[in-house]
Amino acid sequence: MKPSTSRQALGAPVLSVRDLSVSFRSDTRTVHAVDSLSYDVAPGEVLAIVGESGCGKSVTSMAVMGLLPSTATVTGSVRLGDRELAGAAEKELAKVRGKDLAMIFQEPMTSLNPVLTVGRQIGEVLRRHQGLSRAEAKERSVELLGLVGIPAPERRVAEYPHQLSGGMRQRVMIAIAVACDPAVLIADEPTTALDVTVQAGILEVLQSLRERLGTAIVLITHDLGVVADAADRVLVMYAGRAIEQAPVDELFAAPRHPYTRGLLGAVLRPGQEGKRRLPEIPGLVPSLTAQPDACTFADRCAHADERCGTARPPLTPDSGHRVACWHPVAVTHEEAAR
Amino acid sequence: MTATPDSPATPAAADAPVAPAVPPAGAPRPGTLRTRLRALRRNRLALTGTVIAAVFVLAALCAPLLAPYDPAGPDFDAALAPPSWAHWLGTDDLGRDQLSRVIYGARASMQVGLLAVVLAFLIGVPLGLAAGYYGKYADSAVSRLTDTLLAFPFLVLAVGLAAVLGPSLLNATLAIGISQVPAVIRITRAETLRLKHLDYVGAAIVNGGGDGTVLARHILPNATSALIVQATVGIPAAIIGEALLSFLGLGVQPPAPSLGVMLAGAQPFLGPAPWMAVFPGLAIVAATLAFNLLGDGLRDVLDPRGGTR
Repeated sequence: MKPSTSRQALGAPVLSVRDLSVSFRSDTRTVHAVDSLSYDVAPGEVLAIVGESGCGKSVTSMAVMGLLPSTATVTGSVRLGDRELAGAAEKELAKVRGKDLAMIFQEPMTSLNPVLTVGRQIGEVLRRHQGLSRAEAKERSVELLGLVGIPAPERRVAEYPHQLSGGMRQRVMIAIAVACDPAVLIADEPTTALDVTVQAGILEVLQSLRERLGTAIVLITHDLGVVADAADRVLVMYAGRAIEQAPVDELFAAPRHPYTRGLLGAVLRPGQEGKRRLPEIPGLVPSLTAQPDACTFADRCAHADERCGTARPPLTPDSGHRVACWHPVAVTHEEAAR
Repeated sequence: MTATPDSPATPAAADAPVAPAVPPAGAPRPGTLRTRLRALRRNRLALTGTVIAAVFVLAALCAPLLAPYDPAGPDFDAALAPPSWAHWLGTDDLGRDQLSRVIYGARASMQVGLLAVVLAFLIGVPLGLAAGYYGKYADSAVSRLTDTLLAFPFLVLAVGLAAVLGPSLLNATLAIGISQVPAVIRITRAETLRLKHLDYVGAAIVNGGGDGTVLARHILPNATSALIVQATVGIPAAIIGEALLSFLGLGVQPPAPSLGVMLAGAQPFLGPAPWMAVFPGLAIVAATLAFNLLGDGLRDVLDPRGGTR
């Protein structure tokens, strides 16, 4: 696979994932959590990875960070700039983590150490990666807290996590993540545990960081509202595979994979008249014990035929909007007009 | 939230107004040192324990100032004297002042109590951290070591050490310390296992923290409350251990005073001079009880899940 022309326009990808597969072995069975996933992120770009629980979104980001336990088998390539991260030694990874490649988690309530002040926790990263002195680190921590929109940062810097609200803590997590001006920030469900109003504030912060610092952001979420708000490009995952990839406007206006259609159809929209039941996707996500040479969505798909059960649909060649389906939904005139 | 892409930028409904205002300085917050001390004060038993423990520690520190007589100096004119104004706790068969000997005995007890626990922590905490954090071979090795140590009865270990190194207070401390290592390893290991899966430890790794940073700054500080409680359990156990070993002649050597030595010396005189046994016995009970009560109180205060127990 080659980087697309449209993305080359944005500059060379800063993070490039190729044919990433992750499987977990236990005594009784092997689970293939991610199957040959590839994606690129350009500097300053927000790529959203969407999919339901268990589709491999988080495992993908853990694999990129090199955080998977030893029970996991990872194949493929993860390139950050010109460095290969897949299979790199733990020591090498520690140098990259927090400096060039940062991550924020879903749970701001538990992601901060309760016995250290906020300032110490931000300062720790600065002192480790940039060799700042204690005083310099503190000064910079105050700056960073201001950058992520925390009021009165010079006072907050000396406070402990329990003195902050959930939204504040997530802002602190972001401050820690961007402390060393990373090239790529992986945000794993950064707003899921937060109130909707706080959510908007956090997305705002991420947006401004990407604009000001040119950080590439990989936004992992199952919330399509967040995707619409924040992403430039969307990668839809289903059962460990990428099934559709498109610029955000195009994906929402004209989804081509039946699963993506189903996902978007299952979202409640304001102004929808009547008490009509929301459409749902019939059936269940298949178990991941095998990655068959077939479409994993075939069992639940209205368009499925014999071919879907016997051959794996490849992602269509790179054209901005890519889909892995033998029978992609045609774009209607109405949609094309939107 | 809509799924339509027509709202790319939501207005900045930041969470600032949602966040609580900073409380005025000096207002007690849960979890601060002051509120914890206050909670400890409210617990009568724990308070009693703390006071008695403090008296013992003070007596140990200021023994030469407090003791009215030389604890090892015989006075044959006053042998086996019952408690009186001159000798508050009476005298023993050699006329030595019991009060002075109890005070110096308490000194030996505290010394062993603290040193043994410090020794057990110095050995046990690093091993427990390694076992819990690295798992696999480190864990197997440390756990087998723990099992082996536990398989040695305390007394056999102490007698063995005394036989090899000679009986002394230092060797008794060594034996007691080693006997407490398994408990420290297990508690540290369990806490590490619990803590290493918490999000903030994961976050520290994600931010590039090496093993040393994660263990020293994120795991150990969060395990301290469990370790403090373990220490307050270990101290009374070490005090009893010292008394026991000295009673058997494996610890403090006469004529130096120790509560255990005093009890041993009191055996032939239980009938004519019961005070010889009663006062050192009471001192052992009081010291042990005090540290246990203090430990219970600390556990209630330090355990965030404790609530009102």
